[in-house]
Amino acid sequence: MNNLVVIPILIPLVTALLLLFFRKNIFWQRVVSIISALLALGVSILLAITVAQDGIQVSQIGNWPAPYGITMVADLFSAIMVMLSAVMAIAIIAYSFNYIDRKREEYFYYPLLQLVLMGINGSFLTGDIFNLFVFFEILLIGSYMLLSLGGEKYQLQEAVKYMIINILASSLFLVAIALLYGVTGTLNMADLAVKIAALEDTRVITVISMLFFAVFAIKAALFPLYFWLPGSYHAPPTPITTLFAALLTKVGVYALVRTFTLIFVQDVSFTHTVILVIAGFTMSLGVLGAVAQMDFKRILAYHSISQVGYMVMGLGLYTVTGLVGTIFFIVHHSLIKSSLFLISGITEKITGTTDLRKLGGLLTAFPLVGWLFFIASFALAGTPPLSGFFSKFLLIKAGLDIGQHAIVAVSILVGTLTLFSMVKIFYYAFWGKEPHKYIPKDGTKWVRLTPAVIYLITLSALIGVNFEWFYSYALMASEQLMNPEIYIEAVLGRGGH
Amino acid sequence: MELLIAFVIAILFGIGTYLLLSRSLLRVVLGTAILSHATHLTILTMGRLKRGEAPIYVKDALLSYSDPLPQALILTAIVINFGVTAFLLVLAYRTYQELGTADLSELRGVSDE
Repeated sequence: MNNLVVIPILIPLVTALLLLFFRKNIFWQRVVSIISALLALGVSILLAITVAQDGIQVSQIGNWPAPYGITMVADLFSAIMVMLSAVMAIAIIAYSFNYIDRKREEYFYYPLLQLVLMGINGSFLTGDIFNLFVFFEILLIGSYMLLSLGGEKYQLQEAVKYMIINILASSLFLVAIALLYGVTGTLNMADLAVKIAALEDTRVITVISMLFFAVFAIKAALFPLYFWLPGSYHAPPTPITTLFAALLTKVGVYALVRTFTLIFVQDVSFTHTVILVIAGFTMSLGVLGAVAQMDFKRILAYHSISQVGYMVMGLGLYTVTGLVGTIFFIVHHSLIKSSLFLISGITEKITGTTDLRKLGGLLTAFPLVGWLFFIASFALAGTPPLSGFFSKFLLIKAGLDIGQHAIVAVSILVGTLTLFSMVKIFYYAFWGKEPHKYIPKDGTKWVRLTPAVIYLITLSALIGVNFEWFYSYALMASEQLMNPEIYIEAVLGRGGH
Repeated sequence: MELLIAFVIAILFGIGTYLLLSRSLLRVVLGTAILSHATHLTILTMGRLKRGEAPIYVKDALLSYSDPLPQALILTAIVINFGVTAFLLVLAYRTYQELGTADLSELRGVSDE
C-alpha cells in the first residue's frame, strides 16, 4: 500500500475543484495554478526517486487485491512521464499568464488545464486497462473544452472534427477492451499479461492487439490516422496547442509502449514489424507535410507528426536501446517542440500573424526571439550538445544493432528534411527585411513570455550536458519495460496469484 | 442468443457508421450515439449472456453467478457517453449559430484567408 502513486492525480483534481469557486478572481486563479504545478513537480520528483530506489510502487485502491480492485502502478517509465507532465505544466501555466485573454481566463481556463493534467497523470499511472479508458475520457473532455473555449469560428469548426474522431476512437477502444475481456476475463494489465501468456491460441489476441494499436494510433497521430492533428493544433491559442503537442500525443505513445511491452508480446515478429513500418511512414509523410506548409504553426504541427514516428520507431525495434531512445525522444520532443510552439506564439504577439510570407527580419528587430528560435530548431534537428542529438543517436544505434537498415535510412533522411523546414522558417521569418515596422500591440509585454521558453531550452541543454546521468536512469526504465515479469510481480505479488 | 446479439451489434455499427459518414452535423452526432450503444451491447455480450443469481457471495453454496463486471463497465461508459454527447450537441448547435451551416462539407479550410 503506497499512496504516493495517487497524489499526482489528486493534486490537479483538488486544484481544479478549488479554482471553480472563484473564477472571476484572476490573480488567485493564477497563483493557485502555479503553486499546484510546482507542488506536482515536487511530488513527481519524489515519486521518481522512490521508484528508482525501492522498485515499482503499487497502490491497490481500497485495499482490494490486484486482479479484483483498481490498481495504480508507477514504474520508472510512468514516473518519468509524470515528471515530464509536471515540468510542462509549469511552462504552460506561466506562459498563459501573459498570453491568454481575460475572457478565457474567467471562463474556467485554469481549472480545465488542471483537469486535463489529471487525466494525463492518471493515464500514466493506472494499472488497469478500463481505468486507462476512463482517464483518456477525462483528458479528452478537458481538451474538447479547451479547444472550443473562446468560440471563434475556426476553433468551433476544428473542435467538432476533433471531437467526432475522438468519440470514434473511444468507441473502438471500448470494443477492444470488451473483446479482450471476453477472451481473458480480466482487465488488470499485469493479470492480462499472465493470462495471455498462458493462452494456447494467441491469434485472436493478435487481432485484438491491432485494434488497440489503431485506437492509440489515432491518439498519438500515427500514419494514416494523423489527419485531425494539423487543424486542431492550429485552431486554439498557443498555450493550448503547446499542451496538446507536449502531452496529449505522448499519452497515446505511452499507451502504445505500455500495452506493447507488457500485454501484447505474444507475436512480436508480426506486431512490432507493423509498428516499425507505420513509424517509418509517419515520420516521412509528416515531414513532407511540413516542407509543403507556409505557416509557422502548421509547420510545427506537421513536425509533431513526424516526430511521433521516431518515438514509435524505438518501440518497433523492441530492444533495450530502442526503448531508451523512445524515452529520450519523448522527453526531448516535449521540451523542444513546446518551446518552438511558444516562440511561434511570441512572434504572433509581436507581428499579429503566423503566415511566413508576411514575416521577415525578426532577427535584427527582436534578436532575443531569433536566437531562442535558432537554438530550439537546432535542438529539434538533432545537433549536439542538445537533447535532440542523443535521442536520435540512440534510435539509430538501436536500429543498426539489429540490422534494420531501412528504418535507419528513413530516419536520417527525415532528420535532414526537418532541418530544411526549420531553416525555411528561419529564412522567411527571421532573416531578410521587415515588410513593415513591427509595433507589438501590447508594447513590451512579449518579453514576459520568454522565461517559459528559456526554461524549456535550458532543460533540454541540461539533458544534453548531463547525458550520462539521464541515460543510466532511462536505461533502468527501459530494462524494466523489456522485463515485464518485474511489473507483474510488483502488482500481483510473488509467482502470479 | 450470443449470435443473435452479435447480429444486432453489427446492424447498429452499420447504422452508426452510415450516419457518421453523412454530411449533416446532427446526423453525425446521432451516429456517435448509436455507435456507443453498439459498444455497450458488445461489452454486455462479452460477459456471456446467461441466467444466473445475483453476484453475492454465499458461503458453501455453489450458485451460478452472473458476471457483474460488464455491467459496471457499461454503467461507467454510459455516464461518460452521456456527458460527451450533451457537450457535442451544444458544440454542434453553437457551431451552427456561429458559422451559419450544419453541413460538414462546408466546415473546411484554414483560419486566415
